[in-house]
Amino acid sequence: MINESSVFWSRMLTELTLSFHIIYATIGVGIPLMIMIAQYVGYKKKDEHYILLARRWARGFVITVAVGVVTGTAIGLQLSLLWPNFMELAGQVIALPLFMETFAFFFEAIFLGIYLYTWDRFKKHKHHMLLLVPVAIGASMSAVFITIVNAFMNAPQGFDVINGELVNIQPILAMFNPAMPTKVAHVLVTAYMTSAFVLASIAAFNLLKGSNHIYHKKALFMLMKLGLIFAIAAAVIGDFSGKYLAEYQPEKLAAAEWHFETEDGASLILFGVLDDEEVKYAIEIPYALSILAHNNPAAEVIGLDQYAVENVPPLYIHYLFDIMVMIGMFMFALAGIFVLGKWRNWKFISSKWFKWGIVAGGPLSIIAIEAGWWLAEVGRQPWILYGYMRTEEGATASSHVDVMLLLFAGVYIILAIGSIVVLIRMFKRNPIEREIEDRHFQDGEHV
Amino acid sequence: MSLELLGISVLWIFLFGYVIVASIDFGAGFFNAYSLLTGKQHILSKVIKRYLSPVWEITNVFLVFFFVGIVGFFPQTAFYYGTVLLVPMSISLILIAIRGSYYAFEAYGTKKGHKGYALAYGLTGLFIPASLSIVFSISEGGFVNIIESQPILDYGALFTSPLAWSIVMLSIVAVLYISAVFLTWYAKKANDEKASNLMRKYALIWAFPLIISSLGIIIELKSYPNEHFAAMTNLWWMFAISGVLFLATVWLIWARTGYGLAVMLLVLQFAIAFFVYGISHYPYLLYPYLTVYDSFTNKAMAISLVVAFIAGLCLLLPSLYLVLKLFLFNKDYVRGNQDYHV
Repeated sequence: MINESSVFWSRMLTELTLSFHIIYATIGVGIPLMIMIAQYVGYKKKDEHYILLARRWARGFVITVAVGVVTGTAIGLQLSLLWPNFMELAGQVIALPLFMETFAFFFEAIFLGIYLYTWDRFKKHKHHMLLLVPVAIGASMSAVFITIVNAFMNAPQGFDVINGELVNIQPILAMFNPAMPTKVAHVLVTAYMTSAFVLASIAAFNLLKGSNHIYHKKALFMLMKLGLIFAIAAAVIGDFSGKYLAEYQPEKLAAAEWHFETEDGASLILFGVLDDEEVKYAIEIPYALSILAHNNPAAEVIGLDQYAVENVPPLYIHYLFDIMVMIGMFMFALAGIFVLGKWRNWKFISSKWFKWGIVAGGPLSIIAIEAGWWLAEVGRQPWILYGYMRTEEGATASSHVDVMLLLFAGVYIILAIGSIVVLIRMFKRNPIEREIEDRHFQDGEHV
Repeated sequence: MSLELLGISVLWIFLFGYVIVASIDFGAGFFNAYSLLTGKQHILSKVIKRYLSPVWEITNVFLVFFFVGIVGFFPQTAFYYGTVLLVPMSISLILIAIRGSYYAFEAYGTKKGHKGYALAYGLTGLFIPASLSIVFSISEGGFVNIIESQPILDYGALFTSPLAWSIVMLSIVAVLYISAVFLTWYAKKANDEKASNLMRKYALIWAFPLIISSLGIIIELKSYPNEHFAAMTNLWWMFAISGVLFLATVWLIWARTGYGLAVMLLVLQFAIAFFVYGISHYPYLLYPYLTVYDSFTNKAMAISLVVAFIAGLCLLLPSLYLVLKLFLFNKDYVRGNQDYHV
């Protein structure tokens, strides 16, 4: 029994929750690493600005963590509430990483609590700093484990289906599925990259708004360097992801690239609009798709003509692909020019318009994260478990999903407004100049 | 011990952990809001904040651990409970979202605190246990019908069931009682006589309805058409021990001696009642459709989950010990002698 409207509303609610959650989750994975690096640099250089950086980021981080935790709890339960049939099956094969994720989350929660409430309490600063190691590891590991679950949905393995029954289940094999290496790596580096650019965006904004403090300049330079490293890594892994798709999920790549006919030496399509299977206004880069897919300009790339209509994902994912890649390239260029300009003393990188570019970088990176996830998820339609279970077979039979969607939408709006208002207020009321002054007033020696 | 029994025991222990830490948390939110309405906030809110601040996130993980674990060990629960619980669990989730985020917003966003937030925070603290406790009613059977091989929840039966309402009552009263006893001890440790005395009063007030609502559930279960009550009467002596522990706790609070011991006896009292309830419910997860045996996962997954669980515990237990040592059992922190907040 498939309840059409429940399937539709379940998809909407899952998409809404995940789209909202990943903003906070991505920041939640990346920022602990930034805090750790800042505190380490401050400790090594004995530069209190970096320590203060870590401290102020940590304060803001708490707000985003709170929203991340509650929306994460929501999606965790919604998986079972909205997709009970899928979770029953997944529970038998892929429960292990799901379970391990809660441990990573537990671990992070414990040490984050300790870190936040033991500032200046340890005699040695180093001991307090070391608390950040489990926080950062926990944050990254929960991303790793939950991405493994998602990778399994794209490339299920580690079980056999005989007469409709699951047999020969191998949980470890299910975890180390072919989609896992590229997915996990891409999720991690883009989370680090996004966090670096979001924080850089804040530093640039403060500089633009007249606070000319050296603190913001130090933050900006450090973050742009980190952002550049992760942007390069993201591009390299993105290339691997393309090769993965060509091998294991060719219809996702073909749909994202509007590659309708199987051919040798396929060209890559940038931009354009689709009008009844006809691509207009697009830029074609000859052989680039073959290179992306197989590292060989003459290689054959499978097109959508090889697939039955009901197995082809929606073609609008091409726009998502364009958005993701363009923003990635833009951020790479922006960070590259900035870092190079710092070394070579180029004047224009301290100009107003360049700083506005950096300010835009934070929100743009988040848009790229959203576009990337929508591409990955919509691109595996119509499957919830690629090749095994179609999305409508996994959905709940319960009605009322539409009402729940409205309720959750209301909650997310409240959370979004609340977190933004609190964050802005927190930093506006206590700008860096005042905090440094207060600190010096209290005691001269340490932050 | 069979793997099924091991799995459900582990989950039951974590659920119990959640019941205790969440009760303290939910009740504290309610008392905080109540003190705001009665103009006694200056007495309570500092102590409450100091306890809740470092642990609010950890509380939530106990719940996540339970529901992820139960889908792992007993995948069929995802099918039955997932389909049936869409509305009640979504409401719990929404309340948890409001509560969890407002806590951070409130603690970090404003200096003085927002009255509206505090009230919402306090009220959700009572609605969350009420909405979560519906699962216990459903597990007794009688509220789920299988229609076209899909489980459907009978809302009419649920809302008119005296058993369901008794369970809701008990969950709310227990939350307030557990929280009050704990905070009496915690405030005393913080050398805050005023807060401790106020909480002591609340603890004694809520002890009485706790007896009434516990008895109410026993009466309701007696007339309920399943084997649960019979199984419970076989273990009556365990409930008797729990009752004695309860009386001892109340006496300790009454006599103002040994609040620390009172907290220990309280936890023991609830642990015994909770586990005896669980044991007498065994082997049913959802009467009469789902037992621990027919919903258990395959052997390979069960073994790997147990291995992951043991490895996870090796990380968790020392970490939790560190939290207790640094916050709950650290005199300077509890008394608020120094503010080490980031």
